[in-house]
Amino acid sequence: MKRLMLGNEAIARGAYEAGVRVATAYPGTPSTEITEFAAKYDEIYAEWSPNEKVALEVAIGASFAGARAMVAMKHVGLNVAADPLFTVSYTGVNAGLVIVVADDPGMHSSQNEQDSRYYARASQVPMLEPADSQEALDFVKLAFELSEKYDTPVLIRLTTRVAHSQSIVTLGQRAHVPLKEYKKLPDKNVMMPAMARKRHVEVERRMKALAEAANDLWINRVEMGDTSIGIIASGITYQYAKEALPNASFLKLGMINPLPRRLIESFASKVRKLCVLEELEPVLEEQIKSWGIPVIGKEIFPVQGELSANMILEKIAGKAPDVRPAQDLPPRPPVMCPGCPHRGIYYVMKKLRLHATGDIGCYTLGALPPLEAIDTCVCMGASVGMAHGMEKARGKDFSRRLVAVIGDSTFIHSGITGLIDIVYNQGASTVVILDNSTTGMTGHQDHPGTGRTIKGEAVPPLNLVNLIKAIGIEHVRVVDPFDLEEVEKVLKEETQREEPSVVIAQRPCALLSKEMKAPLSIDEDICRLCGVCLRLGCPAIEKKPDGMHINQALCNGCGLCIKVCKFGAIRRAGE
Amino acid sequence: MDTRSILIVGVGGQGTLLASRVLGSLFVDLGYDVKISEVHGMAQRGGSVVTHVRYGTKVFSPLVEPGTADILLAFEKMEALRWIHFLKEQGRAIINSQEIEPMSVIMGAYEYPKDLEDKIRKVCPGAVLFDALAVAKELGNIKVANMVLIGVLARLLDIAPQMWEKAIKTVVPPKTLEINLRAFHRGYNWI
Ligand SMILES: Cc1ncc(C[n+]2csc(CCOP(=O)(O)OP(=O)(O)O)c2C)c(N)n1
Ligand code: SF4
Repeated sequence: MKRLMLGNEAIARGAYEAGVRVATAYPGTPSTEITEFAAKYDEIYAEWSPNEKVALEVAIGASFAGARAMVAMKHVGLNVAADPLFTVSYTGVNAGLVIVVADDPGMHSSQNEQDSRYYARASQVPMLEPADSQEALDFVKLAFELSEKYDTPVLIRLTTRVAHSQSIVTLGQRAHVPLKEYKKLPDKNVMMPAMARKRHVEVERRMKALAEAANDLWINRVEMGDTSIGIIASGITYQYAKEALPNASFLKLGMINPLPRRLIESFASKVRKLCVLEELEPVLEEQIKSWGIPVIGKEIFPVQGELSANMILEKIAGKAPDVRPAQDLPPRPPVMCPGCPHRGIYYVMKKLRLHATGDIGCYTLGALPPLEAIDTCVCMGASVGMAHGMEKARGKDFSRRLVAVIGDSTFIHSGITGLIDIVYNQGASTVVILDNSTTGMTGHQDHPGTGRTIKGEAVPPLNLVNLIKAIGIEHVRVVDPFDLEEVEKVLKEETQREEPSVVIAQRPCALLSKEMKAPLSIDEDICRLCGVCLRLGCPAIEKKPDGMHINQALCNGCGLCIKVCKFGAIRRAGE
Repeated sequence: MDTRSILIVGVGGQGTLLASRVLGSLFVDLGYDVKISEVHGMAQRGGSVVTHVRYGTKVFSPLVEPGTADILLAFEKMEALRWIHFLKEQGRAIINSQEIEPMSVIMGAYEYPKDLEDKIRKVCPGAVLFDALAVAKELGNIKVANMVLIGVLARLLDIAPQMWEKAIKTVVPPKTLEINLRAFHRGYNWI
């Protein structure tokens, strides 16, 4: 059967057809849908893990125990999971283990554009890169075969345009893959120095064997055309190049680590000019050059952002497409939704002129005008440790005007250890947990605090208050972020304290509830145009030449603006 | 058939995703190779959003590039101008005249441009520009503005309306099918 399928769904389908029994992940754009789709198959146990390191460890456990397992994450997630990755490379697997990592060239939704192909090289793990949904499905199946044949985890690299593009796939049947026998194998699975030294030799042997096999692997394929230009490409860059130069000769690489040296040398000898097309870093280029093969790459293509068919046409064929200039228009970046619970806290923080170390989530958008409520954003969990570091650097006086702001999902992901550090090392920071009962940023996934699994089963939710108290924080306050007076009072009290404290701001994400309250409107006769409502940064409140105005199509009726208007000019329809 | 490209643009939350799902279902039914690309997973509403739809005998790149779109389907007026340079020389545009102010305008850092229609017509004189939201309101549900726009698109593409209806049926929930079909036909008969 043929179907139009998202790259991420095709990865999940591939896992299903490969007989995968365990699929784990922590959400992260552009990888999230992989595990959401995997969870729809009854035959697959799927979970949201608290973070990527745990997700990989669960998958490793499943593989050792004899079940095919897959784990998915975004590129920065692999930083978190890097520790187990480098050592599972030594142990190898029992049943197949596939790690899917989605890079984000151009940073559509990420804080950096690191190239995860370096991880494949650094950890000595083979890596495949599909170019469309059909390949995504097929490559997952192949990855499991390679994983078991060569006793290695296998990485699959996606980029946003493959993960988030739909193309046509042909569906197959689920393979019957029985559980493999579980054996206690300390020489292989207990990585102490004596054992690991031997395993490292195995790792080198395996990579050599794979490099040799790569020369004949069906996913590395030559398409001879016009021999004046030969192009080496993988993933989405292959599609861009085919679009731009359909008649050129191609070496399309499906396996990008290790590289098929003989195949590349033979292809290079058949074309007059050789060009390697890759987004981000010159990972292929540097290896090919190290073999003494002249190749054009990053001297004409950028290391930042995405490539495109137009760019390839221009830089290789010298044919600049005739394009009108883009218009200069007001930018439209994403903003926190109307009714977003984060807005209340930020409004008060700005009023109190607090500094804030920030974190990653929808609430990071509070860094933008008009709220401008957070000072930093580095990586998930960083807000907590950074607030502590700021206090140690600048003293307690500074800390009295400082809070750390972190989402509920992010706190569970990697904020807890930072908080333990504050208690242990006698900090006095105040940490604000923005508990909106979901992982909002990535599209509303459940997490240990929501009381629901990825399959929708009800489970006891993680009790944040008890957890934080157990860590040794005495002062834990729970507030409603829309109760502005209470928020102000609590923030003042807690930041003044000599001891560490945590404020949990609890209100569900505005998009979780389907019911909409009646939209609000502004009574022109009462409004004095003071503009205080605009300071909320709500996209539904607009300033028009004839006064303030609430966009009825956008307003979700949350009522926060009613609370900030001193003149009572904002009303709910019918009240 | 050579690959054809449609670019769908708007503001997050306006229902552009539904439009691309209808197109995807339609082109698969018609036996074309199809690729659709959109950036998923930004939960928040209100940002500029774009969907690339390409179909033909064999499609390589999922992306529509500047200067190559056959049709621009815009759900918001300023977004239409933001993406209009993606149209090829003879490209057509279907534009909802609805205006949504971005935060940069709300905060007074920019002004919402007043001469959008002129600028649009300068690039694309034949652009179909109309208030799809008003049509949807008249039909009793502002959410079907997207289906009105799809109706206009259907007229431009010269594919039998029955095929479109079939695609709409596979994509929209049965509860709202009737009003969506009415919205589609209002759009189809607009020009
Ligand atoms: C290591 C890592 N994994 C995943 C992500 C993707 N990501 C960005 S924010 C976020 C979670 C946000 O959830 P939460 O903290 O609850 O805040 P909310 O968006 O709900 O406000 C995730 C998973 C990331 N940036 N880094
Ligand atoms: S998705 Fe939820 S948490 Fe994110 S901005 Fe919208 S309302 Fe706020």
